[in-house]
Order: sequence, then structure tokens, then C-alpha cells
Amino acid sequence: MSYLYAAYAATWLIHVTYLITVFRRYSRLKKEVEQLAKK
Amino acid sequence: MKKAFPILGLLTAVLLSYALYEALVVAPQEQTMGDVQRIFYYHVPSAWTAFLLFAINFLASVLYLVRRNPQTDRIANWVVMALAVLTCTGGYVFRSALPKDVYPSSVATTGIAIAGLYFLIRKYFSEQGTDILALTTAEVGVVFCTVVLVTGPLWARPVWGIWWTWDLRLTSTLVLWLIYVSYLVLRRFSSSGETPVLAAALAVFGALDVPLVYFSIWFFRTQHPQPVIGGGGSIDPRMLHVLLINWLAFLCFAFLVCWSRYRLERIQRDVEETQALEALLEPGGQVR
Repeated sequence: MSYLYAAYAATWLIHVTYLITVFRRYSRLKKEVEQLAKK
Repeated sequence: MKKAFPILGLLTAVLLSYALYEALVVAPQEQTMGDVQRIFYYHVPSAWTAFLLFAINFLASVLYLVRRNPQTDRIANWVVMALAVLTCTGGYVFRSALPKDVYPSSVATTGIAIAGLYFLIRKYFSEQGTDILALTTAEVGVVFCTVVLVTGPLWARPVWGIWWTWDLRLTSTLVLWLIYVSYLVLRRFSSSGETPVLAAALAVFGALDVPLVYFSIWFFRTQHPQPVIGGGGSIDPRMLHVLLINWLAFLCFAFLVCWSRYRLERIQRDVEETQALEALLEPGGQVR
């Protein structure tokens, strides 16, 4: 049973980690767009 | 389209939750493996989703390469149409030469689906759009392939008694993952103007591994379980129902992630273009 939960948890850990990296890229890009708009 | 995203996101979250409930509670318990077999409901749909994303990456890469020259673009259109016709008729003409459990209708459907996808991408994506689509699908495909490579050993340990074995299915999947990771590394760390072309060429060759991974358990004896759909396999209808619901949920999730990543990459390229123009227009940086 622990292997089952480990597999399901690992799946969502991988997806959430990827989503966090996408979100961080988005935040960085948003700052760059704001800086460009100020100029 | 902006308004549709949160609605689709919510629907996907509901579908994923329902699919999880079906996999953990509703699906019947497998007699020999017990509950650990339920890993199958995440492992197999993740693999199918990764294959689909790599197939889209392949078509987008081919389109990016052929569109660089109008003549090759026209020739490619005719080649794709000819291949679609060939798969529609060839399966029936050479019926006896097809392996067991490969039906002419499956060959025809696959041919039409690939050709349809090719022309859909061609119609709705510009040259730069196909490049971004290829990058996006490769990235999300690698995420799903990682899930396959992690959940597989977690199933194998209690069932086989080992985490990993170098059989054809497992090794070719690992090679597939390595090919697409190198594709992403190439795109991330190479700043040459020819990077998209090199990456597209790598993707075209990399995609050749997808059929090898998929059919390895059809045509070779491997330690990996034999196919449950096609290839002589069978599955309890209730298990098949849960498997398909999970695949649908993961497909919706992959679509949303690809959509976000595609938009992000478009904005990124616009920002880089604006920054480059600004650098040129700064005092001392003007082009004479």
C-alpha cells in the first residue's frame, strides 16, 4: 500500500514542481514587462 | 480565450479528483498484485500522454523544418496526404502481413489522425508558432515521461522484487527521456540562431524511439507486462473504464499546462525582441 501512495504522491510532486517553475518564470517575465513599460 | 482558462482549469481539477477516486476506490482490486496494481492508473495514462506530446513535437518540428522553404512545404503536404491514403488502403491490401492484433482499421485511423494533426498544426500555427509548440510539448512530455520512469520502479519493487531491469521497454523509455532532455538542454543553453533548426532535427530523430517504446512489448518478450489493450492482451471492463477516465483527466491537464507554457514562451520572445530593439536604439547602440 505504501508503494501505491508513494507513486501517486511522486506523480503530483513532479507535476507541482514543474508548475512552480512555470509560475516562477511567469513572475520574472511579468517584472521584465513592467520594467519595459516604465521605460 | 482568457476567460475559458479558469473554467477549464476548474473542470480539469474536478476531473482529476474524480479520476483519483475511481482509481483508488471504485476500480476492482487485482487478484495477484493487490492494491499496488492501482499504480497502473497513473503510470499508463502518463505514458500515453507523453507519447502523444512527443508525436505533436515531431509534427511541429517537421513543419518548422519544411516551412523554411515554400517548395519543401508543398512537397511535404503531398507526402503527408500520400501517407494518409497509403495507410488507409495499405492495411487492407497487406492484411496478411500485419502482426497479430494489428487491424487494418487501426492502421488507417492512425494514418488519418497523424495527417489530420499535421494539417491542423499547419493551419493554426505560424512558423514561429510551430517552433514554440515543439518546445512546449517536449517540455511537458518530459514531465510526463519522468512520471512514467518514477512510478514504474515503484510498481516493480513489490511485484518483481527489483526496482529496475535493462529490458527493451524500460531501456528504450529511458533513452526516450534522455533524448528529449538533451533536446531541452540544447534549447536552453545554445544561443546560436540555428538552435531551433538543430533542435527540430534532433526531435525528428528522437521521435523514432516512440514507436520502438510502444511496440517493444508487442513484438518482443520483455519482463515488462504485455499490453493490456491490443497485442493479445485483455483487461476487465471496469478497469478499462477507470484507465480511460484517468487518461482523459491527464490529457486535459496536459493541454492546460501546454497552453500556459505556450503563452509564456510567446510573451518571453516578445520581451526579448523588445529588449534587443531597445538596446539597438540606445545612444551609441544605433545601427547606421
